[in-house]
Amino acid sequence: MEKSSRSLLTYVLVYLTFLYAPVFLLPIFAFNDSAIISLPLSGFTFDWFLMLWQTKALHEAFYNSMMIALISASLSTTLGIFAARATSRFEFPGKRGIVGFLMLPLVLPEIIVGVALLVVMIQLGLSLSAWTVVIGHVLVCTPFAIAILSSAFNSFDISLEEASLDLGVNKIGTFFRVILPMVAPGIISSFLIAFTISLDEFIIAFFLTGTDATLPVYIWGQLRFPARLPSIMALGFLMVLLSLLLLLVAEYFRRRSTQFSANSSASNESIL
Amino acid sequence: MANSSEISYLQQPAKRTFWSIPKAYQDSARGYFLISPPLLYSLVMLAAPLVLVVLLSLWTQNYLELDRTITLKNYVEAVTEPLYGLLISRSLMISGMVTLATVILAYPIAYYVAMFGGKRKSMWLLLITIPFWTSYLIRIFLWKVILGYNGVINGSLMGLGLIEEPLTFILYNANAVVLTLAHAWAPFAILPIYVSLSRIDKSLLEAARDLSDNAFQRFFRVTLPLSMPGVVAACLIVFIPTVGDYVTPKLLGGTDGLMIANMIQIQFGKANNAPLGSALAVVAMFIVAAISISFVLLTRRFLKTKG
Repeated sequence: MEKSSRSLLTYVLVYLTFLYAPVFLLPIFAFNDSAIISLPLSGFTFDWFLMLWQTKALHEAFYNSMMIALISASLSTTLGIFAARATSRFEFPGKRGIVGFLMLPLVLPEIIVGVALLVVMIQLGLSLSAWTVVIGHVLVCTPFAIAILSSAFNSFDISLEEASLDLGVNKIGTFFRVILPMVAPGIISSFLIAFTISLDEFIIAFFLTGTDATLPVYIWGQLRFPARLPSIMALGFLMVLLSLLLLLVAEYFRRRSTQFSANSSASNESIL
Repeated sequence: MANSSEISYLQQPAKRTFWSIPKAYQDSARGYFLISPPLLYSLVMLAAPLVLVVLLSLWTQNYLELDRTITLKNYVEAVTEPLYGLLISRSLMISGMVTLATVILAYPIAYYVAMFGGKRKSMWLLLITIPFWTSYLIRIFLWKVILGYNGVINGSLMGLGLIEEPLTFILYNANAVVLTLAHAWAPFAILPIYVSLSRIDKSLLEAARDLSDNAFQRFFRVTLPLSMPGVVAACLIVFIPTVGDYVTPKLLGGTDGLMIANMIQIQFGKANNAPLGSALAVVAMFIVAAISISFVLLTRRFLKTKG
């Protein structure tokens, strides 16, 4: 057993190297003093970060992406709260089918979502804007929000809710004063995950963006110009740091949201 | 997702005999009321647009005008034109290879974390998901840097004197697309397999050992069959979205790596033939759904005969 687990560990380490290979290259080329992205390395520079600071189109794309991610994350988390509350506390006919339908975007190729919304916009004669991207991103983020929030809503003790009702607090008061504080870590975690997904989403944004390019759409445009690549590496490096920060905060709150449950492994599973 | 508190809640009719019958209706009503906002959103923003895509695929594009007479012309073109057939079958082939590679490579990782992770399971899972949170586009571009003519692999192999000329078979073909997608979808395969592995009752493995099964027999007769739900889920989660991938084939696929999504994009963009693009999307979606459903049915039967 000992021996087989050790050879398995070797495989795990090789696999992790494969997973991390691109991530490790990012800072190397972000600080490399050469306009061509290739080995061998020449010298150390901050120029590419300075170049980012001076590119106005990038700042606009960054602003668009931030706004889109903020609104998409808020909306999908709100929809997720409704769905998670409904499925965790109430039984109703067709529940499985409805939840399956809500989770559909998880297994639908993104290009289909993009195409479908594009067709609607063209047929209704509406122009594409940041809002059409928001509509698409809410669709894609909601299943993740539902998965995270369901585990949060499932893992707190219902007797607390009943106690509040027995003590004469009405349903709305109970929701805001008992349920919401209990699931707050799950809400924060859901918001941050949805935010990160929206920030990084490319295919739907590419189809629906109109003139307000998002950050990934801007990057896609720049990938064609070899001269712009080193600064894109620098941008990627900054985005990795931002995503990591958001992810760690989300993970911290997700753990807090599951510590109410008696069996923490059960709630770890239901997130998936 | 049923949990213990929910069950105990339902098992308390004794206290609430007076309420028990109307409560079921009351519960359904409140459940429907609460689920309606997300449901309405998905109906209006997803189901209705998908219906419109099907409708559009039955119309035809005459330069700038849209002819709204119902016809199957686009479908006939989608099925008879060899290029589209080629792109669809290539997409399915590449996605199939990606799925196979991703799941086979991921299984031992999930197995290690579930069986030997001990108290550090969450740390391992976090470690596996971190690379996934770096920008998708940039990650794929970096694979181009790794695999390229002057890339990291060729650079290091030439630096070590192992090869004279840069290897050209590693970029701009289907291999590059498979490798990059196997990387991009790794966490989506690892997590479901991990979940089903960690649900396996360890006493079953002990029983197998007591009945003198060796390690291989234990794995193939107990662990693998019991982890099949996770494997099936992983296959579907990886296969379905990769068929529609657009970025990786465009950046790394060269001419013989282009997939159906690139053609759909061209029809909606440069070719200005949205109806044909819709028909291609519908055909692709239909084939993917058919494959996924038959895959689930086949594996279900396999699981049943195994007991």
